Amino acid sequence: MSELLVNPWFLGFAYGFPLITVLMTVGGLATWFERRFAGRMQNRVGPSFVGPFGILQVLADGIKMMQKEDIVPRDADKFLFNLAPILPVFLVLASAATIPFTGYWDDTGQWQSWLMVADLDIGILWVLALAGLMVFPIWMAGWASNNKYTLLAGMRGVAQGVSYEIPLVMAALVPVVATGTLSLSGIVAWQAENGWLVWRFPIVGALAFILFFLSSLAEANRIPFDIPEAESELIGGVIVEYTGLKGGMFLMAEYMHTAVAAALAVTLFLGGSHMPGLSFHWALGPIWFVLKSGALFVLIYWIRWSWFRFRADQLMELCWVLFVPGSLILVMLTAVQVWVETLL
Amino acid sequence: MTTRPNPHLDIDNYDADADLMALNMGPQHPSTHGVMRIKLFLDGEVIIKAVPYPGYLHRGVEKLCEKLTFVQIFPIVDKHDYVAPMTNEQAMAVAFERTLGIEVPRRARYLRTILAELTRISSHLLWLGTFTLDIGGTIGGGASMMMYTFRERELILDCFEMLTGSRFHYNTHCVGGNRHEIPDGWVAVVKSIVATMKLRVPEYEQLCTGNEIFNMRSQGVGVISRDLALELGLSGPNLRASGVDHDLRRDQPFHAYDEVDVQVAVAQGGDCFARYQVRIAEFYESIRIVESLIDNIPEGPLSSQRPVKSTLAVKVKTGCHYHGIETPRGELGTYIIGGGDNKSASPYRLKIVPPSLHAMSALPYALVGHTVSDVVAILGSLDPIMGEVDR
Repeated sequence: MSELLVNPWFLGFAYGFPLITVLMTVGGLATWFERRFAGRMQNRVGPSFVGPFGILQVLADGIKMMQKEDIVPRDADKFLFNLAPILPVFLVLASAATIPFTGYWDDTGQWQSWLMVADLDIGILWVLALAGLMVFPIWMAGWASNNKYTLLAGMRGVAQGVSYEIPLVMAALVPVVATGTLSLSGIVAWQAENGWLVWRFPIVGALAFILFFLSSLAEANRIPFDIPEAESELIGGVIVEYTGLKGGMFLMAEYMHTAVAAALAVTLFLGGSHMPGLSFHWALGPIWFVLKSGALFVLIYWIRWSWFRFRADQLMELCWVLFVPGSLILVMLTAVQVWVETLL
Repeated sequence: MTTRPNPHLDIDNYDADADLMALNMGPQHPSTHGVMRIKLFLDGEVIIKAVPYPGYLHRGVEKLCEKLTFVQIFPIVDKHDYVAPMTNEQAMAVAFERTLGIEVPRRARYLRTILAELTRISSHLLWLGTFTLDIGGTIGGGASMMMYTFRERELILDCFEMLTGSRFHYNTHCVGGNRHEIPDGWVAVVKSIVATMKLRVPEYEQLCTGNEIFNMRSQGVGVISRDLALELGLSGPNLRASGVDHDLRRDQPFHAYDEVDVQVAVAQGGDCFARYQVRIAEFYESIRIVESLIDNIPEGPLSSQRPVKSTLAVKVKTGCHYHGIETPRGELGTYIIGGGDNKSASPYRLKIVPPSLHAMSALPYALVGHTVSDVVAILGSLDPIMGEVDR
């Protein structure tokens, strides 16, 4: 029995299934919450008929999407066309595997991270590598649909994804340099002991957090960076030709990607599940974690429903002129600060 | 005379190494403001040539008018610029009245001025909503802006409904005056709308110009020079945004505009942002005009003609007549050729000169060199209504 409990295959299933279930539900609830939130912002009601407060609207939409006819364009590359909607869901769920959702001070005064599928030593690398792979489904969908609009959207998506990966990785390097570990649980433990990174390194940490947050918005294709979707000019971006649940899977992946991006920002910069003085039991961890990432979620929605969209070239300019040099400088400043602290 | 980009580029000889992609934007497209098609020749995302194809909404209004009498024409013209039906009727009414030499009572002229300005506000509200929708996305900041502008537009439509009984196709103007007497409490409703708009327009400005992304998307985009604007016959806010101080409300007063001081808003840039600035300034100007008139509506009859019993009551004079009025989109002209025998109750020929068509003709010049994202911004900023372009 005890052998089973340390078997990574067993642990993968034991943690993975609940995680996938919870993330999918969170993705669904997030759509409901966003629609209600947007409704309030826009002087309307939002979904309110299906279930209490319209909370079952997601379910109704899912059933509706399943009933739609599955159309594959005649000239489409059928293999890639059908593969593209599955990949992003897989990638997002896999990247959530290394995020520790709770943690507590044990009896010896050590920070213990818990509730993660795999405590990889290179957890941050795993997450960023999978985030980098997210350009593939976009390009696959854009190319395989054999539609000029999706082609343009795929082009934009790849350019954006590849460009914004650099500031994203660089901003994620700041916690790595500061804490000296690539493991997400290690980063959280360091933050629990030394203070959250947003204010542990006064200005650098906050700037790196903002940079990481904005870059992950761009990676997740959220407004103001959602030019691959750009429904006012490219109709619906890469998902133009997708019907029913296939299109729905793209949207679901986008929501879960946003959730994972928020969770990652919380893990790297906002102390993960740690709350000063209130982390004495492991069951409290998820509450703080959900509260923190929920706040980021609301911020993302707030931005989404009040900002306009960048143009593709302006987006690239912002990345290469401001974000990339800025993130490089931040990494250097962090290194200098760490070096100075070791001297003192 | 002018230096302008050549929109009729010879595609075959453009650049042998560049593969141009032809992209049909429309007729089914969320941002073409109705049904139109723009054929874009793209080098990557940059537009090398753009050819607009209007005509998908052609209903033959002008031909239809040849068979209708002057009384029957009004409900038809309501439908060609479906965003500002009130001013369509007024253009027709003014044209007929001046052609036939019919006096309009002062009360009706005041009412028409107020209705025209309220229509201008409601039309610009719809423009602001759809323009920001084009820039900001249907699931983004643009959608919020559109919800806000439509909230205020509803108030104006409610007020029109109170006066005429219908929200859109009013048929409230007739030759010689207006049909519907001002109901009790209508003046108070108009005043409350004006008070609301005074509060809300600064909020719109805050949401648009307060956002750096909006400025980035609209400044320097789709520049139409002064010369080009004059050459293409642009009118209304699009012309004034190119730095031409021209407004028929001040220059050729109709209705009661000779009794109010119209301050014409002019901007110099000629880009999307200048067109936005002009329309925002016109919000304030319309509010001011309505405020100055609403308390002073004179007493008296609403129409100088007897109520029409027969549709053949009004006869047209022989000859050609052109009259234009300033609608929210610019100079809406009506060109009438009267019947040959002085007895016909229908025009022999009728031609509507729509400002939107001229605005559309600027597209091939304004789009070249910009990216696909700018197409919707430029098209949106020109405020074309396809019902009016195609008629």
